[in-house]
Amino acid sequence: MNILEASRLGKCYGRTWALRECTLAVPAGHVAALVGPNGAGKTTLLNLAVGLTAPTAGKVTVLGGEPAGSPAALDGIGFVAQNTPLYKNLSVTDMVHLTRNLNRRFDQRYARARLSELGIPLARKAGELSGGQQAQLALTLALARRPRLLVLDEPMAMLDPLARHDFMATVMTAMADEGVSVVLSSHVLAELERVADYLILMSRGKVQVAGEVEALLACHLLLSGPAAEADRYAEGLNVVHARRGRAQAHLLVRTNGTTDPVPLGWEAHRVSLEELTLAYLREPGAAALPGPESARYAAATEETK
Amino acid sequence: MTSLTVPARPDRDASLRPVPWQRMAWVTWRQHRVALAGTAALFGVAAVYLLITGLQIHHAYAAVAACHPAGKGICQQAANNFLSTYAPGVGPVLGLLQVIPALIGAFVAVPVLARELETGTFRYAWTQGFGRARWAIAKLTPLAVAVTAAAGAFSMLVSWYVQPLWGAGDNNGPLYPTIFDLRGVALAAWTLAAFATGALAGILVRRVIPAMFATLAACGGLAFATGAFLRGHYAAPLTSTNPDVNTHGAWVISQVWSRGGSPASLDMIRQTLHAIDVQALTPGLFQPGPATPPSIDPLHYLVQHGYTLLTTYQPASRFWAFQWIEGGWLLALSVLLIASTVWLVRRRAV
Repeated sequence: MNILEASRLGKCYGRTWALRECTLAVPAGHVAALVGPNGAGKTTLLNLAVGLTAPTAGKVTVLGGEPAGSPAALDGIGFVAQNTPLYKNLSVTDMVHLTRNLNRRFDQRYARARLSELGIPLARKAGELSGGQQAQLALTLALARRPRLLVLDEPMAMLDPLARHDFMATVMTAMADEGVSVVLSSHVLAELERVADYLILMSRGKVQVAGEVEALLACHLLLSGPAAEADRYAEGLNVVHARRGRAQAHLLVRTNGTTDPVPLGWEAHRVSLEELTLAYLREPGAAALPGPESARYAAATEETK
Repeated sequence: MTSLTVPARPDRDASLRPVPWQRMAWVTWRQHRVALAGTAALFGVAAVYLLITGLQIHHAYAAVAACHPAGKGICQQAANNFLSTYAPGVGPVLGLLQVIPALIGAFVAVPVLARELETGTFRYAWTQGFGRARWAIAKLTPLAVAVTAAAGAFSMLVSWYVQPLWGAGDNNGPLYPTIFDLRGVALAAWTLAAFATGALAGILVRRVIPAMFATLAACGGLAFATGAFLRGHYAAPLTSTNPDVNTHGAWVISQVWSRGGSPASLDMIRQTLHAIDVQALTPGLFQPGPATPPSIDPLHYLVQHGYTLLTTYQPASRFWAFQWIEGGWLLALSVLLIASTVWLVRRRAV
């Protein structure tokens, strides 16, 4: 089952396309990291997924085919928006009660236990909590709804390192215990590298890379060798990004998984997720994907039409 | 960090029952109780004032009403004294009460949507299981009913308050612009329309303070336009060329002099009246001079000299018909505005 599917999805604000020709299929059971620079369209994609915004073009479904924003979709998605908006003048208790009243399912016991474990005072107004506590409160409210998909938009932008760690620990616990699928966005890859096992890379309103992290790492190599030979060697390769020094050149290439022997004087290294991400972000034109998963999905949807 | 197990999720329900409407009752009350308390305070303060001064007026009027025979000699004098004492104070109070609907629209209705959009909390509210369109309906409907009911109750107090003035023969009848929309169903209808305007302004403007000003301006403009241009046409006004037509309590829309089929100017009237030493201050207000014969009525004098007075007016008996017409179209407008608001919430254009 795909927890999030987009087919030629686009969103236009005025005359600017915030998101364009976005085709995606994120399988359930992953922590999917949505990474890209500011203005890449991450928030737009997430707002479309949770049904806050209606698409200009294409369509988006969640939870295995439910249209985004439909009652079933709203019921099954816990969403924490950017800057964790809460009613600042309501107490923590009131926020819990509010969320309980607005949803079919709400695990009050979980919410209470979680908040007391975090040491968040129930009588305090939400606006008087620290940034970390507000984020934890919003996350707790979303998880207490027992969603099948948790969507987090820049959840850690305002948090200090300790609060980030605690926040992600809560997410990972829910993921492990409950099997909640997670989609979270960030413009900082570092904070997601440890937790994400699915990567969606966006820039300039387009999806550049989408796939499981392991598979992506397995089909990319960093080749280092003499700069003079780089151009000739690169011709036969699918180069994502080339970095040339005076003597040495580094080519980040996409392979088909098989490792051909490298010529004399060249070395092949496995790439880290960060290297891979940076290479693609530096080359917005190098849309070497959609990968096999989403391509198959796109073909399937064409047939069903 | 210790792990806290999330209890097993129930399997996907085959029939997805929506969250019951009554769950929103607490939400609406908790988030808008301050606005509702403010409304209650506004009406409460106004009601206490009307009650205190109204009791004084009723007390003074009791003496006038007890006078016999009414409308003659000393009783007429008593009624005139009563009116000259109390009528000047009532006018400004009624004028002040006109702003109540607009205030309710601005302070109760505007924040319902504008504050959510301004602070970003709509991203929370509209992604909960309840559903955004139902959320908007469940918030706007009870609030609209509450403020409309409060206005309806208050308008009864206004009716009681002004009753003695009409009893004593005050010339400004029930159709007079500053009292018509405070009585009957009009105040409730105007309050509902102002609420609906505020709700729509909230989602269109998306900022609390500018939306409040937009609401005040829209409500003021609509009330003015209705009184000045629309209300007089609810039914074809009566006309009369009888200079003695009884317009007591009626809403006189215009009184025009003409002579020989064409309108008579003030200068012409002045010239004619000069002969009997009467000064025409306006075409309807004459001041007799020292040489005016006491037996001559300037109105009749003008008629005798070929003038015709055309009076256009709405009789006081049309009060309830006009109330239902105004209440009806305001109700239709309010439903339209609230439906547009819900449609805009639902449209997912954010």
